[in-house]
Amino acid sequence: MVKQWKPAGWAMAAIAATAAVGLIVPSAMAQRDPAYEAARSAGQIGEEPTGYLGFVSTPTPAVRQLVTDINIKRKAAYTSGAPQGSTVEQFAFVTGCNLIAKTKPGEKYKAPDGRWLTRDASPPVRDTRCP
Amino acid sequence: MKSRTKEARRPGIGDRCMIMAGAAMLGGCVQIATPDKPIEINLNINIKQEIVYKLDGDAKKLIEQNSGIF
Repeated sequence: MVKQWKPAGWAMAAIAATAAVGLIVPSAMAQRDPAYEAARSAGQIGEEPTGYLGFVSTPTPAVRQLVTDINIKRKAAYTSGAPQGSTVEQFAFVTGCNLIAKTKPGEKYKAPDGRWLTRDASPPVRDTRCP
Repeated sequence: MKSRTKEARRPGIGDRCMIMAGAAMLGGCVQIATPDKPIEINLNINIKQEIVYKLDGDAKKLIEQNSGIF
């Protein structure tokens, strides 16, 4: 038996609630995980020129898991976001240039020569191809 | 008259050479003390400058829209 559903008040409320969740989730996603933020500011992890996070020192299992998880998500974002005519690696590299430029003083980033440097007030040492 | 006295005060060719040599030595010393960039190991990425600039805007947007993972 097929029941005919009318858009009753509760149904409308459900739709509104779903829409609200849809709006809330992206804003929650837009915030960094506090553990991620802490590992960054503690200099345990840093930005690499490849567009991915790297370990400055031997990580705890929790930090390792966190970084692996973020890097998988980053790879997915680069893969789906790479515009026509560019590769995932190229898009990741240009994003990496921006991410290193955006590091805050005290945070770590990898210089083109492979050294981990601490960001200070001066511009970071980046690949010469960075925009 | 004034210009002549100024000319008289100008250093001779010999003095100028000394100043230039001094400046060149100083320049050389500064370059040794602060190499502008470390030796680079190029990332194994082949990317043309025009692509870099084309992707820059997209990269900035990606970071803004996914700030939880960047």
